[in-house]
Amino acid sequence: MNDSELVPGKSSLEVAAALPDDAEWSGPTIRYDLLKEVVIAVVVVALLAVGLAVLFSSPDDSPTTIRQWSTADPGDFLTTAVAELDGTSDVATYGPPYNSTAGAAQKIGPVSLQQIAGVRVPINTAQDFVLTPLAQQAQTTPRLQTALARFGAAPSGEQGTWETNYSKVLGKGAKTGQGAFAVPHANDGPVPTMFASLLAMADSGALDASLTSSTSFYGTDYTKPLLFLADGSFLADRAQTQHLSGDQWGMMNETGSYPGQAWLWLYTMWYQVSPFNTSVNADALVWGVMALLTLLLLLVPFIPGVRDIPRLVPVYRLIWRDHYRRLQSNKAGGTNHP
Amino acid sequence: MTDTVHSDSAPPNGALPGTGDENVTGDEKMWTARVRRAAMRTLPPDKLLPDRQPSYVASWIYVFGVLTIAALVVIIASGVVLTWKGPSWWHVSKVGLFFNSIHLWSVELFFFFMVIHLWGKFFMAAWRGRRRATWVTGVVCFVVSIGAAFTGYISQQNFDSQWIATQAKDGLNSVGIGAFFNVLNFGQMLLWHVLLLPAVVIAFVGLHILLVRRRGVVHPFPARARPARHRITGAATVPDEALPSSEIETVLHKDPEPVR
Amino acid sequence: MIDVVSASIVNLTHPGHYLHWGFIQLSLANSIVILAMLAVFVLALVLPFRSGRRSRR
Repeated sequence: MNDSELVPGKSSLEVAAALPDDAEWSGPTIRYDLLKEVVIAVVVVALLAVGLAVLFSSPDDSPTTIRQWSTADPGDFLTTAVAELDGTSDVATYGPPYNSTAGAAQKIGPVSLQQIAGVRVPINTAQDFVLTPLAQQAQTTPRLQTALARFGAAPSGEQGTWETNYSKVLGKGAKTGQGAFAVPHANDGPVPTMFASLLAMADSGALDASLTSSTSFYGTDYTKPLLFLADGSFLADRAQTQHLSGDQWGMMNETGSYPGQAWLWLYTMWYQVSPFNTSVNADALVWGVMALLTLLLLLVPFIPGVRDIPRLVPVYRLIWRDHYRRLQSNKAGGTNHP
Repeated sequence: MTDTVHSDSAPPNGALPGTGDENVTGDEKMWTARVRRAAMRTLPPDKLLPDRQPSYVASWIYVFGVLTIAALVVIIASGVVLTWKGPSWWHVSKVGLFFNSIHLWSVELFFFFMVIHLWGKFFMAAWRGRRRATWVTGVVCFVVSIGAAFTGYISQQNFDSQWIATQAKDGLNSVGIGAFFNVLNFGQMLLWHVLLLPAVVIAFVGLHILLVRRRGVVHPFPARARPARHRITGAATVPDEALPSSEIETVLHKDPEPVR
Repeated sequence: MIDVVSASIVNLTHPGHYLHWGFIQLSLANSIVILAMLAVFVLALVLPFRSGRRSRR
């Protein structure tokens, strides 16, 4: 700044500087073209953003499909699908908002906001992920229709026995070719027929379509296929190799070598440390801690001690060094008054 | 609304000369007139768009607020282009990918500048002198922006968004938010990202800027801010040796804006 | 024009590098961003503002 731009105010610098913090500034002023500053800033930032875009582009790893999953790892796909049918998968036992599994909701102390919010996105994994898609397929596959009818007519105890027996032999199964997965014989009723059809649907991409658009022609809700994918290990393995898992500080990270959401460092940090890294209530507790810390940041001006830090850490002396120098030289030069 | 001019009503009070309020008795009671008067009182044009700043405004740290706003402008501009062409465009078009890249990098710049702005304002204790609401609205901008960026990551329709959505659902579900804000519902997330959250960010950024203009840039700490050598006058600590208190009193009385 | 704007000059789609200090894991890209923020903050504090036009007695 040029000293000639410095225009004296109603008061001297000393008087103005000594006034309370909420007083209007009455001391010397400088020329400052705010709108010009805004325009220059927009141009500079736009050029920076365009430059970074040209230099680095942006990541766009294609999504994982159920078709890719079932083709690459039919064993994992079938194991997950059986867990969806017999109600033992993560989603089937998730609790609110998907279902009402007792004791599944996370708590902060005695309070479970998850429980209070209730079941708002109801998911019946057996129906939604297995039986409904199979019923669609059965319309053109009589053998599947028979199997589904037999399964539906059986008492739930017998259904459970079939599912358990099929699960046991599934581990000994092997991929025998494109879209084929051989499972040893067992007392598992119509279940092998059902899952052979589900695998065929998945391999053809029909299951992806069925899970997305089961409500209407247009689809905008991917809750079902995403929950199904998340129950398997295929999506998680892909994330693990990209360093995106929760225990890898993954929330901050981006696919490839791109910077991610670095501003989530504190949130993702809590998941790495005790007691959060072992607690069954980790998500609720971390959210509780982050809500509290956010509130503290919001209320910094009101919190004694915290609001005094800037006065005690003299970074402000650097920021306003010209101001203090001017005060000092005025004092030395005896020009205390305008 | 019918205008009823009461003959026995009190003479117009609070009317500002030259604002037209004094034309017809009763005009000044209209909601519109009251709002105009309040706006003029709170933020007269030379306060809203000042051409001078206090002499202490002389540091590069002061540009980071404006840089944050500039990044927001670039985010909105690139976002408008992406909105114009729809959500699948950038996956199949090279030009689309370019605009998506601008959108991503301007978000990185936005947070980059905003966090430096936050650090700077913290070390200035910029909430002093009835500026606490400015700090609070700034923090709200930061928090809502994180939500806006997050919904953007979820709306990408790629592996990244699949993974982020399926991971983030657990945190949101655990505190009951997931019941109403379903991160696995692409349609819901996209609309939050392009409408609801930007609207909240823009509203709070606007409020934040108006508060900055209303209260002005925070004063420097007193030159020698050692508490033991100071007495408290109003909200400021004043060096003992700075001035005789009589002089401060005089200045306070001369000040057109009364110290409340 | 299209090729100019779409082809990234630096390819960042390859697997990232990660830094470990104790329980802390950071991607190299995020570390660069965070260090750059700190550096820019310090520079903003110490660099003279409009120094070129300053006239000193």
